Amino acid sequence: MERQISNFIRALRSSDVKVSTGEALDAARTVAMIGYGDRGLLKDSLACVLAKSEAEKDVHDKLFDLYFAASNKRSSAQNEAEDREDGEGDGESGEQDAGDTAEQMIALTQPGNEQALATAVERAAEAAGLNDIRFSTQTAYYAQQMVKAMGGEALQARLLEALQRSGAEADADAQRMIDARRALTMAARERAERAFEVFGAGETEKFRDDVAATKRLTALEAHDMARMKLLIAKIAKRLAVKHSRRRKKTSRGILDVRRTMRANAGYDGVPFNVIWRQKKRDRPKIVAICDVSGSVAAYVRFLLLLLYSLKEVIPDLHAYAFSYRLGDVSDILEENEFDGAIKKILREFGLGSTSYGQAWSDFKTDHETVIDRRTTIIVLGDGRSNYGDPRLDLFSGFAGRAKQTIWLNPEGPALWGTGDSVIPRYAPYCNQMSHVATLKDLERAIDEILTTYS
Amino acid sequence: MTSGYEPLTSIEAITAGLGEVGYISTAQISTAVFLAHGLRKPILIEGPAGVGKTDLAASLGRWLDLPIIRLQCYEGLDEGKALYEWKYGKQLLYTQILKEKLNELIGEGDNLSKSLGKLADFEDLFFSPQFLEARPLLNAMQQDKGSILLIDEIDKSDEAFEAFLLEVLSDYQVSVPEIGTIRAKVPPIVILTSNNVRELGDALKRRCLHLHIGFPDHVREQRIVRARVDGISDALLSQLVRFVQSVREADIKKRPSIAETVDWARTLLLLHAGSLDEQFVRDTLNVLLKHESDIAAISPQIPKMVREAVGTDSGGRTASGYPDLG
Repeated sequence: MERQISNFIRALRSSDVKVSTGEALDAARTVAMIGYGDRGLLKDSLACVLAKSEAEKDVHDKLFDLYFAASNKRSSAQNEAEDREDGEGDGESGEQDAGDTAEQMIALTQPGNEQALATAVERAAEAAGLNDIRFSTQTAYYAQQMVKAMGGEALQARLLEALQRSGAEADADAQRMIDARRALTMAARERAERAFEVFGAGETEKFRDDVAATKRLTALEAHDMARMKLLIAKIAKRLAVKHSRRRKKTSRGILDVRRTMRANAGYDGVPFNVIWRQKKRDRPKIVAICDVSGSVAAYVRFLLLLLYSLKEVIPDLHAYAFSYRLGDVSDILEENEFDGAIKKILREFGLGSTSYGQAWSDFKTDHETVIDRRTTIIVLGDGRSNYGDPRLDLFSGFAGRAKQTIWLNPEGPALWGTGDSVIPRYAPYCNQMSHVATLKDLERAIDEILTTYS
Repeated sequence: MTSGYEPLTSIEAITAGLGEVGYISTAQISTAVFLAHGLRKPILIEGPAGVGKTDLAASLGRWLDLPIIRLQCYEGLDEGKALYEWKYGKQLLYTQILKEKLNELIGEGDNLSKSLGKLADFEDLFFSPQFLEARPLLNAMQQDKGSILLIDEIDKSDEAFEAFLLEVLSDYQVSVPEIGTIRAKVPPIVILTSNNVRELGDALKRRCLHLHIGFPDHVREQRIVRARVDGISDALLSQLVRFVQSVREADIKKRPSIAETVDWARTLLLLHAGSLDEQFVRDTLNVLLKHESDIAAISPQIPKMVREAVGTDSGGRTASGYPDLG
């Protein structure tokens, strides 16, 4: 019985429900308290103990139904098996010839023996280590292993033997065995598929997420978009949790006289409780300037989606887009639903040949005042300016006013400075210039930026 | 030692008991309470505002006849306000009054070190339970028959307080440096509520049982309103609940909660509404919806919603009466 719970917890963990050891112990105590008798009660109780958010509860309820549908059969089957073993204890000599096993297997597939079949399948599942299943492609393999564990080889031997004989009786015999074999394989397969749903499905999702996170952002296809959105939401949450904590830092050394006096008024002004001055952390302020010309547009979507998902941590966020003329797109992003906003931005700013110089001069005239000493400037672009004047004078001015300037470049370092790329000339003014090709890179870059505010 | 938790014997008993004091429970809620008692774990309740999170604690206290000790969280709440504080005033007053006596006693010592030794003896007197001002957490630990400790809106407190709470909730004991460790005589049943203003730390979540209370379904909401509002007719009750349920499905800023349904039912009763009609709904919609934009969004749909809410009901009646007409 303990095994049942620990396996169920394993299934939960593989589906991204984080169950701690303490909670696993609680689950065991819960089961000891209420027993397995009432499934509805067990489900409510385990949901209470193991799943700690609405999303986790959904996963839990789904898995519970799947898992205990399987184990329901198992436990009743096990009881029966134990009964049988008790009865047969000494009758069985342990020596079985192939014929018996094959006959037994055929008997299992006869109507009326469903319970016995279920028992056999569960035992075979145990023997084949079915709980280790990870990918749907493994179901066939595990089904085969299970049939083997039930004695498939004996059946096979009998079948070959029957095929070698001739005559109507032998044919019928062979047919019977082929049918039995098929029925057993079906039962095993079905069981393996269910095990995959319980233990493997979550794992496969994780694997796909990993693939998506390390794929070049431009190589993503339309059907990946939904997954990317979920992934970005996950990343945003991770970063938000990491960076929203501990806004205060005690710096020992400087006395906060005012607050110390107030706190000790009760002691007649004798400073028992000494209060040190606290260094306030700056709230992150980010100005994202995005090149939305054709070559970079695909990346802009992800950067902006990630930044806007982090609204909780970055309350002060401004976004600008340019290819030739530069404009403020914060309002478009605030007011529209995200996909629509991106389309609108690309339509309004995405046309025209790229000119970084023009963009900087637009920024200088209209928006320079948004940059203060708390600001991080993120530039997303490939620095290909069609041989125009890069206006380094303006750019260095912005960089000088800001806390830091980070340049995210979708092009690899090998291409920097080739053709019309002026990246190397901007590089001295940037605190960091990094190559951002995948979601992982993006996460790292944003993480580093937020860390500078802690 | 007898505790006041004896009635918590089974899930059915909990549902029935809560029902006695007017709290309509569900299987999930009763299970959580049962487990909280059995495993000695706090319950963390999440869900929209006004679905009866706080009321669960109050009802439990009423049913079990145990004190309900409430700690309302807010930004800046600290140990001094949650756990204990020394009564400075009283300490000061006592020293003043006993000054003479103290002088006498201390003066007896021949030298400084003897006096100091005597003084040290009195120190313990002044930092004794007598001068301890118990705040909710300590108070809950000191109840002889157990208590219901309600830590309301934990999401509004700071992270530091959350961490501090972990320590208290894991062993149900509090250490006061001057006195020692105070262990709960009977561990309280702890109920924490959260409206998800901020994501709670994992550590706290992992240590609690988690219960999500959502909006009730039609049947449960009817039972709740009936328990709260005396003398409401079946027809009106069923119609108004159906109307509220359809409002909840609409795309609005703040969906009406049970508290609002109850208020609305009372309002309608006060206006002697026999059944729901468009004019009544229009006049009283501000009881149900608390945002101007929500009222504007729902207003055009009122005729349809009222027709649906009333329609199914009277539809049932005509169906039974229909053969007579034919």
